[in-house]
Amino acid sequence: MVLWQLFKTFFWIGLVSFGGGYAMIPIINSEVTRYGWIPAKQFTNLIAISGMSPGPIATNSAILVGYSTSGIAGAIISAIAILIPSIILVILIASFFKRMHDNHFVQSLFYGLKPIVTSLIIYASISFALSNDLLTFHISFRMVSLLVIFGLSLFVLIKYRWHPLYVIILSGLVGVALYS
Amino acid sequence: MKEEWRKLFQLFWTFFKIGPATFGGGFAMIPLIEREIVEKKKWIESEDVTDLFALAQSVPGAVAINSASFIGHKVGGVKGAVAAMIGVSLPTFLIVLTLGISYLFIHDNPKIEAAFVSIRATILAIIVYAAIKTIKTSIVDKTTFFIMLIGVPALFFIHPVLAIILGAVTGAISIFLKRKLGYKITPRKDKDKVTSYTSHDYFIGDGI
Repeated sequence: MVLWQLFKTFFWIGLVSFGGGYAMIPIINSEVTRYGWIPAKQFTNLIAISGMSPGPIATNSAILVGYSTSGIAGAIISAIAILIPSIILVILIASFFKRMHDNHFVQSLFYGLKPIVTSLIIYASISFALSNDLLTFHISFRMVSLLVIFGLSLFVLIKYRWHPLYVIILSGLVGVALYS
Repeated sequence: MKEEWRKLFQLFWTFFKIGPATFGGGFAMIPLIEREIVEKKKWIESEDVTDLFALAQSVPGAVAINSASFIGHKVGGVKGAVAAMIGVSLPTFLIVLTLGISYLFIHDNPKIEAAFVSIRATILAIIVYAAIKTIKTSIVDKTTFFIMLIGVPALFFIHPVLAIILGAVTGAISIFLKRKLGYKITPRKDKDKVTSYTSHDYFIGDGI
């Protein structure tokens, strides 16, 4: 039953997953919460692990959500489910519409799709901050230090174009030093 | 027959080796595809790579997986597409699963818990960074800015999938109206940039 839910959920996500995995986080999150598969903080940690691994964020998160809910079978089912829509569409497009990206109608769909995907990523960051209690006005060492970690992470990503993997690893070491 | 299977296996194996390079995204594969598939195997031409990557962005799903499938299809038809897709996905599947299993083993450890307190703040920074990068390619005029602006609060009330559909429909309608009214249509910005990616670049929020 859970396997079927996983398949259904990630199949739909695979069908609408435009714009890099980060836009898919709120969608995966809303399904995870709806079915009560995993608690919010653990979901965030799974996103962190997805970001540390090679491969697309959305597919990685699907694999990890699948594994946490029903083991290896869940991981395999979720991965297959999220990949099926892409492979079917790729085969259809490659066989019939070779120049689809020049098509006016497709372009006009993307004209609206791109800003809404941006909204999704902005929304992902807001809901992420809320569900992890990163947006509090209760001043404490923990809150100030997390704000500094957030700021520094963003700074090295934008300014020095550090690879996210290194930022995550360094941040983890800082966390061990500060909070254990 | 035997020849076909050999080619399918070669497709699978080539993308299996390229797969782990998709760290954070598809565009990091381009230099490897150039070397392995264009230069060594001579399966496709260099300009095909740019075309297929552009096409891969118009299909839902990760750019890495879609472009591998497109290349696979060009080389070996439907079976080729499937072979390339499995090849590019399998190594990352195994890596992420290994990491996930190790995490579930050690996540009760206080040191790991402490590390993740900080990592969660960093993940937020990475998502904000993805948003900033996406704004640069997706907000091209007032209409797109407006769609984005309405989209954020709307997402607190409607399902994200519905938002995506509404966004695409709004885009199509506004282009249609603009054409009818004789406005100039803002051209897409990102397509011509695909070739400028190098192995040091990675994919965050690009590719839409």
